[in-house]
This record gives sequence, C-alpha cells and structure tokens, in this order.
Amino acid sequence: MGTTLRTMAEQFEITDEMRAQIGKEGDPWTYEVTTTGVRAFARGVGYTDTTYYDIDDANAKGLDALPAPPCYLGFPIFIPGRSDATFSGPRGGGGGVSHGLPGLLDGGTETNYERPIKAGDVLEGRSALTNLETKTSPSLGVMLLTTQETTYRDKATGDVVARQRAQAIFY
Amino acid sequence: MPTFASVNVGDELATLTKAPSRLQLVQYAAGSGDFNPLHFDPDFPQAKQIGDNIVHGRMKYACLGELVSNWLDHSGWVKMISCQYRGMDMRGAEFKVKGVVAAKREENGQKLVDLDVWTENVGGQKTTPGKATVVLNG
Repeated sequence: MGTTLRTMAEQFEITDEMRAQIGKEGDPWTYEVTTTGVRAFARGVGYTDTTYYDIDDANAKGLDALPAPPCYLGFPIFIPGRSDATFSGPRGGGGGVSHGLPGLLDGGTETNYERPIKAGDVLEGRSALTNLETKTSPSLGVMLLTTQETTYRDKATGDVVARQRAQAIFY
Repeated sequence: MPTFASVNVGDELATLTKAPSRLQLVQYAAGSGDFNPLHFDPDFPQAKQIGDNIVHGRMKYACLGELVSNWLDHSGWVKMISCQYRGMDMRGAEFKVKGVVAAKREENGQKLVDLDVWTENVGGQKTTPGKATVVLNG
C-alpha cells in the first residue's frame, strides 16, 4: 500500500437538504449509440467478437446493425460547461447530491433491458437519486452510499429501453 | 450456440482471462467516457494512496457482459445483468471472468436462462460477483 495522502472521514452526516434530493429527477441527457461508439467500447473492454466491429459479420448473425455490447448504453453527448469533465455525463450525474467527499468507488450496477440496443439508437437518460445511507469502513472511514436510477428511453418513440441502478461509494 | 433445449443447469461458460494494461484502461476510458485518473494516471493521489491504478469497476462489469455475450453468440439477448464491486483489481494483475448456468425457465413466452457470473483474482477472491438473465431465441 502506498503513502496515505488524505485523512479518512471520521464524521459525516446525511443532512435534511441531502435527503430532500431523493426522488428528484435530473435533467434529461442524450446518449448516442453510434457504430464508432460501439467499436470503441468493445475495443476498450477487449472484445474479440468481430460482430461488434464489422457490419458484414453482424449481418451474418442476422443483425441489421452493430449490436451494443451488454452494459453499454451509448456515449453521453459531451458539451463543454454542461458535461462532467471526468465522467462525460451530465454535470453532477443528474439527480446527484452535494456532499464534499472527494473519493469515489463504484458499489454495484444493475441494468434491465426491455429490448436489445444497437448502433443507430439515440437514447434519453433521466436519473434520480433513490437512496442515501452511510457506512463505516476500517480503511476508508465513514462512507456515503448513494443509489441512483436512470431510465433510458428511445428518443424516437419515447419507449423505455433500459433501466439502470447504480450504487456509488463516496469517502 | 446455446438453445433452450441444450442448456443445462451447471453448464460452465468459457472463462476469459484479463490483465488490463494501462493502455487497455485508457482505451476503456475512451470507450466508456469514464476518465477518472484513478484508473490510468500513476501520479493521481488516490492511485498513490492505493498503490497503483485500479481497473474500472464498470470495466469488470462490462467483462461480465463479454463473458455472457461470448456464450450467447448472438442467439438471444441480455435482459438483465448486475454485479457488485467487492474488491479492487490492480492494473496488470490477472483476473478470470467466469460464469455458470444457474436456472432456466419460461416466462411470458420468453425462454430465459439465469447465470451466475463473477470475476476472480489469482487468490480466488470473487471481486465482482454478479448475475445475468438472457432471453434465448430458440
């Protein structure tokens, strides 16, 4: 383990102001599922299945477009000043909460699909904070656990195509 | 290519072996949009605190997706996939991506297969346990 560069949070409380954010939806944000985006995600994960890269191979599998790999719901459109510079989505995560804790770890992720996603889809995601709780870790101190749910709709039809629940750990 | 008739509880999915380099982590950052320097910058304070860069949790989640996709071979689609991030995997350290058929069932006319999936480090710790449900075409 390397040098400890920050002090663990010893005290942290969820305020009424923070609790008031539970259930509030953030602004909608656009996520584009493009052929280039599908290839970039597949490459980043390390897929060797050429179905995600080559439209002829996708066609040979009976698909009319490059399929989105599981866990990929498109790339959030990036707009300087309005997008989060680190995570690329809407600034503040959409439906987020201000807490002042600098450290961040993913806690868990669940995605439920209504149909397969493919290149050419343009989705609109809307997030809401659904839960806040604190836990104490021997190594990280007091942690804030947030649960956020994002609903993704097909922008062309308005139909829900996926729902994702994500737990984040701030410390 | 799995079919509902051919799938049996206990069937193992073909294991993937991963050991993401810094380049691979940068490529994942570019593909996903997650540019947290914790995952690729050795001088980032949190990385120094931990001892090295760590693999994105969401990358391991996506690796579980790759495992399922390889098994499914486009003979259906993923209806649900979930995981919990129970342990860190460090840059360059090998981990396996594994899965097994947990159940199969028919529901609302869909042929569903439930899978237990996970990543496992060289010490045998399941750092990213998860579940998936797929819909088979036939």
